[in-house]
Amino acid sequence: MARITMREAISQALMEEMDRDPAVFILGEEVGVWGGTYAVTKGFYDKYGAARVKDTPIAENAIIGAAIGAAMVGQRPVAELMTINFAFSAMDYIVNQAPKLHYMFGGQFKVPLVMRAVGGGGRQLGATHSQTPDAIFAHFPGLIVVSPGTPADAKGLLKSAIRSDNPVLFIEHATMYQTRGEVPEGEYLVPLEKSTVQRPGKDLTIVTYCKGLELSLKAAEELAKTGIEAEIVDLRTLRPLDMQPVLESFKKTNRAIVVEEGWKSYGVGAEVVSRMYESAFDYADAPILRVAQKEVPLPYNRALEQAALPQVADIVAAAQEVMK
Amino acid sequence: MDKEKLLQMYFEMVQIRRLEERGAELYQAGKIGGFMHLYIGQEAVSTGLIAAREPRDRVITAYRDHGVALNCGISANEVMAELLGKVTGTSKGKGGSMHMADTSKNMWGGHAIVGGHLPIASGLALGDQYAGNDNVTLCMFGDGATNIGYFHEALNLAKTWGLRVLWVCENNQYGMGTAVERASAVDEIRQKAEGYGMKNSRVDGMNVLKVYEAARDAIKTVRETGQPYLLEAMTYRFRGHSMGDPERYRQQEEVKKWQENDPIGIFHAYLLGKNFATAAELDALDAKAEADTNTAVEFAEASPEPGMEELFADVYAD
Repeated sequence: MARITMREAISQALMEEMDRDPAVFILGEEVGVWGGTYAVTKGFYDKYGAARVKDTPIAENAIIGAAIGAAMVGQRPVAELMTINFAFSAMDYIVNQAPKLHYMFGGQFKVPLVMRAVGGGGRQLGATHSQTPDAIFAHFPGLIVVSPGTPADAKGLLKSAIRSDNPVLFIEHATMYQTRGEVPEGEYLVPLEKSTVQRPGKDLTIVTYCKGLELSLKAAEELAKTGIEAEIVDLRTLRPLDMQPVLESFKKTNRAIVVEEGWKSYGVGAEVVSRMYESAFDYADAPILRVAQKEVPLPYNRALEQAALPQVADIVAAAQEVMK
Repeated sequence: MDKEKLLQMYFEMVQIRRLEERGAELYQAGKIGGFMHLYIGQEAVSTGLIAAREPRDRVITAYRDHGVALNCGISANEVMAELLGKVTGTSKGKGGSMHMADTSKNMWGGHAIVGGHLPIASGLALGDQYAGNDNVTLCMFGDGATNIGYFHEALNLAKTWGLRVLWVCENNQYGMGTAVERASAVDEIRQKAEGYGMKNSRVDGMNVLKVYEAARDAIKTVRETGQPYLLEAMTYRFRGHSMGDPERYRQQEEVKKWQENDPIGIFHAYLLGKNFATAAELDALDAKAEADTNTAVEFAEASPEPGMEELFADVYAD
C-alpha cells in the first residue's frame, strides 16, 4: 500500500471517478487553469479539458445552484467551494435547496451532488476565513455531511460520495493536505454514514473527527505514557450520524470526551454527548467532557489563534479529568 | 397555427382560470393550507410560452406554478390533489401549492425562494450542454426576482458559458406589494439583460398569440445560437399576491382597467373574429374546463391522505 498525502488521496479519488463515469465533472473557482487553490485538481484541466474541469465566476450561488440543476438532470457534478466560509454565500442552496428537492417533490428529483469545501483554522487567515462550522450544515436532514480524518478515508469516502444519489458536503481541513497515510490503490470505497474505531483502547473513549482525530491520536500517545489507553472513535460522517461504535466503546470504557475543532456551543460534541446520555446514561462513571474551540472569532495573531484552537494538551487534560 | 392548437391554448387558459377559482374557494373553506398564489390574469404568458416549446425543452418556474403545471400537461386531478395535500398529487402531497413538478412532463418545479431557481435553471441547461444536446430550458420568474443576487449570478453564468436558457420575466408590475419602480433601478426589466450582453425583448403578456410568437422566435434563437435570451412579458395578476393579500398597494380602478384587458377575453374575441371557432365551440370548451375542474375536485377530495410511512420516505434517495 502506498503512503500518500491527503491531497494526493483526494486527487486520486476524483481522477478515478472521472475516469470511471463520464457524468462526473468538476466546477469551482480556480479549479482548472490554476489547478485548485489547494492544488487538489492540479493537472486535471490538461487531462480532462475545460468541459469537465470548469472554472467558474466567483459566484457561489451560481456554482452550487448550477451544480444542483445539472445533478437533477443526471450529471454528477463535484462542486468545489474554495473555503467553507464561502459556503455561507450559497447557504440557500446547500441547506435550503439541495437537501429538500428529493423529499419535497415526492421523490421525483435526485441530486447526486458533491460539494467539496475546505474548512478549519490554524493558517492565520483571520476570523472570516478560518471557521469550522460543520455543525451548522449537519443540522439539516437531506444533506450528508462528511469530514474525513485520514487520507485513506478521504479517498474512500469521496468516491462513495460521488456515487451517492444524495447531496454530500465533503469537508476537508486546510492544515491536513500534507498529512500522510496508507491508502489502498485503485478501487477503494469507504461507506458513508459509518463511524469507526481508529485506535483501540480500554480506559477512555475519545469521540472525534477530521482535525480532531489528528490531535486525539497524538493525545492518546501522551496518555499511553501514563498508562491510560484511549479508544478513538472517528465519526467521519456527521449526518446521518452513526452512534453505534461510539456507544459500544463507551459501554466498555464508561468514560468519554468529545473533541471537535468548532465552537462548543450547539456543536458536534453537544449532539454526540446528548445521544450518549440518552442511550447509555447508566454507563457513565464520570461526566462526559467536550474539547472545542474557544468562543471567539479566530484571531490572526499566531499565538492567539493557537490559544483559541483545541490543542493536544487540552485533550490530555480533559482525558485526565474524566479518569479521576 | 392550426385550429386544433389554438383551441387547445384557449382551453388551457380557461382551465387554469376555473381550477384556480375553485382552488380559492377551497382555500377559503380551509381545505388548502399554506400559501397559495393565483395565476389568474397571467394565463396567456405560461400558455403561449409552453405552447412554443418542444417536449424536450425543460420548464422551471417560481411558486405561482399551477398554470405552468397544467400547461406542461400535468393533469388537473394531480394539481388539485397536490393543493389538497393528497398522496395522488404531483409531489405526493409533500410539496403543496408552491412545489408542483413532473419530470416526465419536463416540468422541473415550482420553487418557492424568490430567484432561487434561476441558478438551478442555469444548471439544467448546463446538464444539457454537458450531455451535448440542444434542449432549451425555459425559466419563468417575476419582476421581483430580478433584484436579487441569484438573478445576476444566473444570467452571468448562462451568458459566460453559453447555456441555452430562455429567461422569461413575468412582469406583473408588483413584487408582492411593491411596485416595480419602487424596487428596481430600471422599470424595463429587459434592460437588465443588456448588462450581460444578452439578447432580449418585451412582449404583451396579455395576448397569448403574441407571447407564443415571441417565445417561438426566442426559443429558436437560443437553440441555434447556443446563447441565453431574456423575454419580458408585460402582465398583471388580477388577484392578490397570495391568498392573504390585503391589496393596500393598488387602486381598484387600476385592477379594473387591467381586467378589461383579460387575456382570455382577448383570445376569445380573436378566435371568433378570425372565424377560428364558433361561440358554441368555445362554450363547449368552457363547459369542459368546468367539468374537468369538478372532476379534479372530486378526485382530490376522494384521494387518500399520505400514509404516515410517507413522513420518513424520500429524505434521502436510495
